[in-house]
Amino acid sequence: MQLFNFVKNIFLKSFFFSLFAIISLNSYAEINNKICLILDKGGKDDKSFNQSAYEGFLKAQSDFKITKDSKYVTVKEDSQSPHFIRTLSNGDCGLIIAVGFNNADIVGKMAQKFPKQRYVLVDSSIKETNIRSLSFQEHEGSFLIGAIAAIKSKTAKIGFIGGMEIPLIKRFALGFESGAKYINPKIKITETYVGVSPAAWNNPTKAKELALSMYNQESDIIFVAAGASSQGVFDAVSDMNKKNNKAETKKFVIGVDSNQNYLIPGTVLTSMEKKVNSKIYSAVKDFIENKFTTGVITCGFADDGVDWAYDTYNKQLFSNEDIKKINKIKQDIISKKINVPDYYKVGK
Amino acid sequence: MNIIRPIAATIIGLFLGLLVTFFAGENPLNVFLIFATSGFGSTYDFGMTLTYSMPLILTGLSVSMAFKSGLFNIGAEGQLTMGALAAATAGALFTSVPAFIAPIFAGICAALAGGIWGGIAGYLKAKRGAHEVITTIMLNFIAAGIASYVTVYLLKDPNTQNPQTIPISPNYKLETFAFFDSAPVSSALFLSVIVAILVWIFLYRTPLGYEIRAVGSNESAASTACISISKTQILNMFIAGSLAGLVGVGEVLSRAECFKLDFSPGYGFTGIAVAFLARGNPIAIIFSGFLFGALQKGASDLEIFTHNVTSDLSLVLQALIILAVSADGLWEKILSGKKVKL
Repeated sequence: MQLFNFVKNIFLKSFFFSLFAIISLNSYAEINNKICLILDKGGKDDKSFNQSAYEGFLKAQSDFKITKDSKYVTVKEDSQSPHFIRTLSNGDCGLIIAVGFNNADIVGKMAQKFPKQRYVLVDSSIKETNIRSLSFQEHEGSFLIGAIAAIKSKTAKIGFIGGMEIPLIKRFALGFESGAKYINPKIKITETYVGVSPAAWNNPTKAKELALSMYNQESDIIFVAAGASSQGVFDAVSDMNKKNNKAETKKFVIGVDSNQNYLIPGTVLTSMEKKVNSKIYSAVKDFIENKFTTGVITCGFADDGVDWAYDTYNKQLFSNEDIKKINKIKQDIISKKINVPDYYKVGK
Repeated sequence: MNIIRPIAATIIGLFLGLLVTFFAGENPLNVFLIFATSGFGSTYDFGMTLTYSMPLILTGLSVSMAFKSGLFNIGAEGQLTMGALAAATAGALFTSVPAFIAPIFAGICAALAGGIWGGIAGYLKAKRGAHEVITTIMLNFIAAGIASYVTVYLLKDPNTQNPQTIPISPNYKLETFAFFDSAPVSSALFLSVIVAILVWIFLYRTPLGYEIRAVGSNESAASTACISISKTQILNMFIAGSLAGLVGVGEVLSRAECFKLDFSPGYGFTGIAVAFLARGNPIAIIFSGFLFGALQKGASDLEIFTHNVTSDLSLVLQALIILAVSADGLWEKILSGKKVKL
């Protein structure tokens, strides 16, 4: 009887042990392809930066074998961001994608604490052995946008509205300005910002006021890089165009980050796209195929990281001649014939 | 009975809140488990719960302190902003203060700054008759304005794009306990608890505390007894403000190590709920602050571990708990109903 008990005991123990081993192996296999996306405050529906990231994530999720546990979280207030990154870094996720410069500093710290965890950082140039930093060349894209605005402007007055006054947005502004001056050295550019605190990203009312006063001072094209505040500029341009129907004095707006041409077809001149979606998609692709590399990756025209949006919504606004000019400038930027000033290097 | 009511209210609030998650398509039991494990699951989680609790205890004390003399302090948010800003400014500018004294010095600066901010509202109430609810709310906006001016134009940290001040000098840093596995819990934890006990002693065992309570219970009786109403109100708002200002010690000296614009997720306003749940008792505020800290921590984990529920659930829970605790008529009916049956 005792022997029987002993054998039973062993059996049970080994049974449970193997069960445990199977379960843990299984979960190990799952852990490997779990992707976690951390979005900045705008959230997945901001029609802009975060949305672009989320779209890339969704596309990767449908194309690759990624566990359904993969998820996105949205940082609602700054104090949550270290906590989210820290909790997700505990080995639960195979790859963590953090969007926005807000998260960059903390990811940099956590990357040292969790050297095995792999990260993708959007909008940063932090160098760690386990971080792939995507550094978008906003100045290149903005240069082209500035040139397009100068080509299309009838009043030779254009405007720039930034969100919060920080180096990242000033980089847009400087590129835009030098692009416009490249085409027309005498062009007048008004540059203004919604504010100096994070609230500036979410103040469409003030952005609208700024835009209306710019349009009233004869600027006919405004390039806006202001997160959720951008909506105010889109409202302002529709208001202006409702009041006067003449084609010669039509006002335009230029979108940013995502392709925003569809928001008001025919009035959104173009958009300066940061291809966050495709870069995140390819990061996930590399990760799944085990080709993940780290380091700072620059995403400019040459790497298809930034571009101007040309689609059915704004096709009628550009003549073949315009397109030729624009493509010529783009080629010149890629071949470094045109030297685009970078605020990160010039400004300091 | 005094203890039963808040506890019952908490249970009712939690129950109703979890019921809400059921309609959002989550398993309420699962949500509850996430709450429990995220608050106390590991030493890190527990540390984060404490981190969220510390400021809530202090702002709860601030609100209840003002309430003792019949004033409603909605300005804890602005006071803690000024306190944190003062601590960060001291830490960034006076780098030569020796290591042992430095945190105390920063703490005094924080308490003074918060105190002055509260004192302004007290002065306006006592001497000019401006209602403190209005003035404290408006002072919140002014504090936010000053904070962003100082952060962006005067003390901007040039090494980051985030709007934050220059990091404080190493002398000022409060070491975080290794036990909590990188959760920013430092000796500031004891500060909250000690301050709560001191506030209790002050209110119930000193003449000044007695005067404050007397003014709160019956203003005309107190003035007949030769207690200066205006002096008491100004002093009381000053103390209330300095309690809120002390939030800056933990948040700046051990957590962020600089002043970050908009760092507070509404500690000042949650403090009102903390004070109400504890019915103004300083010792009970330690526990209610801890409960709300756990809610806050649990809520941010809901964002991570569920699909349909976001961290906003903590607001729903807070609201339900406060509704349950403040439903006076309901409670009297229940309690008196029982008495009749007995």
